[in-house]
Amino acid sequence: MPAVESNFKRFVEVGRVVLLNAGPYEGRIAVIAEIIDHNRAIIDGPTTGVPRQSFRYRHLSLTPFVLTKLPRGARSGAIRKQLEKEGTVAKWEASSWAQKRAAIAKRRSLNDFARFQVMLAKKQRRDQVRKTLAKSA
Amino acid sequence: MARSKELVPGIGRLSRSQVYARRGLFKGQKKSEKPAAAEVPATKEVQVGGEKNSGKRLVPTAKAPRFYPADDVRHTKKSRKSPKPAKLRSSITPGTVLILLAGRFRGKRVVFLKQLESGLLLVTGPFKVNGVPLRRVNQAYVIATSTKVDLGDFKVDEKFNDAYFAKPSSKGSRSAEEEFFAEGKPKAKEAFPESKSADQKAVDAAVVAAIKKTDALGKYLKATFGLSKGQFPHQLAF
Repeated sequence: MPAVESNFKRFVEVGRVVLLNAGPYEGRIAVIAEIIDHNRAIIDGPTTGVPRQSFRYRHLSLTPFVLTKLPRGARSGAIRKQLEKEGTVAKWEASSWAQKRAAIAKRRSLNDFARFQVMLAKKQRRDQVRKTLAKSA
Repeated sequence: MARSKELVPGIGRLSRSQVYARRGLFKGQKKSEKPAAAEVPATKEVQVGGEKNSGKRLVPTAKAPRFYPADDVRHTKKSRKSPKPAKLRSSITPGTVLILLAGRFRGKRVVFLKQLESGLLLVTGPFKVNGVPLRRVNQAYVIATSTKVDLGDFKVDEKFNDAYFAKPSSKGSRSAEEEFFAEGKPKAKEAFPESKSADQKAVDAAVVAAIKKTDALGKYLKATFGLSKGQFPHQLAF
């Protein structure tokens, strides 16, 4: 962390948990193990099935999660241990960001009949809200 | 398909009747029935003069040509290929819910029953649920959904073949006047044949019973399919 107070909350730093936005591991999270240069970092996701590799910053998003005091250049085993100790993956999955992503993916995968059932359920909810509102007012 | 540019392989921009109208081949074609030509015997008996010629002789009615044709006339090659009925898409099995994309029932969700000899699909609404009768549709104009109505061991009667749905052929041409008016008044509509409505009911009974087993499936079949803003069929899962 820089010495001067900054308005920025998320930094590209060793131990930062990132969401991959491109490539074969798109949608999974990983940890920055080492910063290569202004364009790339070495990332590793031993618990999410992401192999250690160099990855461009423009193809990833920074999440609010950081592994505390991960040493520079930590190998997969150390990263895995710390990920499990801090329960980072569970924290990510409980975050509203991850849940929104999961909901969108779920909606995309629905078939025609399921979409119709969602429509019916939404209609029902709307109706209930309207009725209770009318009763209370 | 000369005038009907292909939208996707196998589907032209214009329907069969539209292509027919544009090509205009009907203009020269006259379909009136000619009286059958009287049969002419191949030979006839001719009286021959001269006493040594035995009086009569069998002579062919039509003389054989005196010359061979000077030029070889090219004959067009007759194609021995004939179109095969379309293969059924693997996603379509008896009970599959289909979305019709063309014709008067476009947008309707219907239940697939079986494929007919011609390759067309036999579907039913069921009629009671969404007003689509037993009907033949081309599978090119259909979206197959992954939803299935469990028809169990329900077998569609063998009598539902292509002939069952064929229009009764009418001889000769009738004027539009004759077709729609009788004694200066519009003709009364012919009643739907009772045997057909009984057939419809018999088939639908089994299908409707199967539909009732699943929650909201009847409502689903009753509703029509449509795309809202931001929905693209190639991105949807069916």
